[in-house]
Amino acid sequence: MTQTTAGRPTGEPAQRKQRAQITARTLRTDRWWLAPAITFAALASFLVYGLWAIFDKSYFVEPYIAPFSSPCLATSCPEGARFLGLAPFGDWWTLPPGILILGLPAGFRLTCYYYRKGYYRAFWLSPPACAVAEPHKKYTGETRLPLIIQNIHRYFFYGAVLIALVLTWDAVLALRDEHGAWGHFGLGTLILWINVVLIWSYTLSCHSCRHITAGRLNHFSKHPLRYKMWTFVSKLNRRHMLLAWLSMYSVMLADLYVRLVAKGIINFPLA
Amino acid sequence: MGYKAKFRVWRGEGGEGGLEDFVVEVNEGEVVLDVIHRLQATQAPDLAVRWNCKAGKCGSCSMEINGKPRLGCMTRMSTFSEDETITVTPMRTFPVIKDLVTDVSFNYQKAREIPSFTPPDNVKPGEYRMQQIDVERSQEFRKCIECFMCNNVCHVIRDHEENKPAFAGPRFLMRIAELDMHPYDVADRKDSAQEEHGLGYCNITKCCTEVCPEHIKITDNALIPMKERVVDRKYDPLVWLGNKIFKRPGSSASK
Ligand code: SF4
Ligand code: SF4
Ligand code: FES
Ligand code: FES
Repeated sequence: MTQTTAGRPTGEPAQRKQRAQITARTLRTDRWWLAPAITFAALASFLVYGLWAIFDKSYFVEPYIAPFSSPCLATSCPEGARFLGLAPFGDWWTLPPGILILGLPAGFRLTCYYYRKGYYRAFWLSPPACAVAEPHKKYTGETRLPLIIQNIHRYFFYGAVLIALVLTWDAVLALRDEHGAWGHFGLGTLILWINVVLIWSYTLSCHSCRHITAGRLNHFSKHPLRYKMWTFVSKLNRRHMLLAWLSMYSVMLADLYVRLVAKGIINFPLA
Repeated sequence: MGYKAKFRVWRGEGGEGGLEDFVVEVNEGEVVLDVIHRLQATQAPDLAVRWNCKAGKCGSCSMEINGKPRLGCMTRMSTFSEDETITVTPMRTFPVIKDLVTDVSFNYQKAREIPSFTPPDNVKPGEYRMQQIDVERSQEFRKCIECFMCNNVCHVIRDHEENKPAFAGPRFLMRIAELDMHPYDVADRKDSAQEEHGLGYCNITKCCTEVCPEHIKITDNALIPMKERVVDRKYDPLVWLGNKIFKRPGSSASK
């Protein structure tokens, strides 16, 4: 016996317990496909850019390092680009050094609750929009492999905090000029700083962060400090979607800008 | 100013049926439910529709208007253009009894499957002391009017009838979150949320939040926090280790 029609008085003929037979996939009359289409295009363009940037070699020009390639951890990184002057991966690593750290930010965004919504709708059509039937015969959601792995999101959050710290350090270093003297403030410095602020806002507005600060507690009144943090994170969290998009584009534009300067395509004073 | 509107209403019994066309008068300030009532009064005396309050508070008049789950009594006719055909159908996810009236007993069944509020043994009624900030979060969930449009729109069961036994739906996963966040509830709800009520089926695509007439942030404030609590219990080795090493006296009530 299934529970789907439980509860009605007994003796109902079986055919009375059916859904309304409507064959249309949806009766929505608005442009429900617009939002998933935009999401699809926006995420796809980011992936294409990322793929190009990872293999692009001009990721460093004093004093800027492109965010996609930071921290730079191999001997193949130019001296000034190495994170804290170190090259822990040595010289056996011959692929672009950006690949070494790519996993952290990529994993963070891939398992982010908002991006999940975005790509489940736009790429997997599950569902493409509300009250629009999905094309799949079976659905098990995040109950089993591989999607059950989404539950490790909070570890990527810890990783993302480290990356945000590194990007902050990069932005601090961008306050020096190409000879290492402090006091420089070029357009690149400004762009890196805007990016860092957006990256921090996105990272701290994370649902896992909200849970860790105090979401997991049941007695806020016993933990006033954590409750304060939770209140702050909750405020940011309401804008999580917006921050996800803003920070995605800011990191992409900052990355592109540094590469264009490194290539000499952008070369005005105070670039 | 009154005008004649084109309506298409699903009519039928026990699943069999189809869309029927009507032309019906609409006056200024009316809502869809008013127009359905006019159809009843003038052209289709046996048209079945469920309603009670006409104020968006009883949750009876859930239906689908132009394909979107809506309360009939809260959907103003002024949101449609005069030449538009307005399609009204019963909620898709539940069996239909007649016309716009569905059998929502799935929801009552799911409600019964959730163990009720379980206070600790040593606290007697009258001894509960809770601060506002401790209960604030779950108060949002109590705005629910049980219209069941969230369960209706959720693709987990809307598109997959076979998932119904395993999935409680957003309305009742939210109920579990409400109890799990309660300062005085000691029942274990994390394992059962995942194993028995199907929290893992939810892929946080937020349609429940989109349709909720009470604007409850079901996904952000109930489902995702509940998923995170389940991660604590089931998928986070660090939390597991921490609990082993620093075994704290008391249970969730002391948190
Ligand atoms: S967010 Fe989850 S529960 Fe809500 S409609 Fe989507 S899948 Fe269903
Ligand atoms: S949570 Fe909102 S949509 Fe769901 S039953 Fe309650 S009021 Fe209706
Ligand atoms: S970063 Fe989006 S939820 Fe964690
Ligand atoms: S009649 Fe009560 S909510 Fe519409």
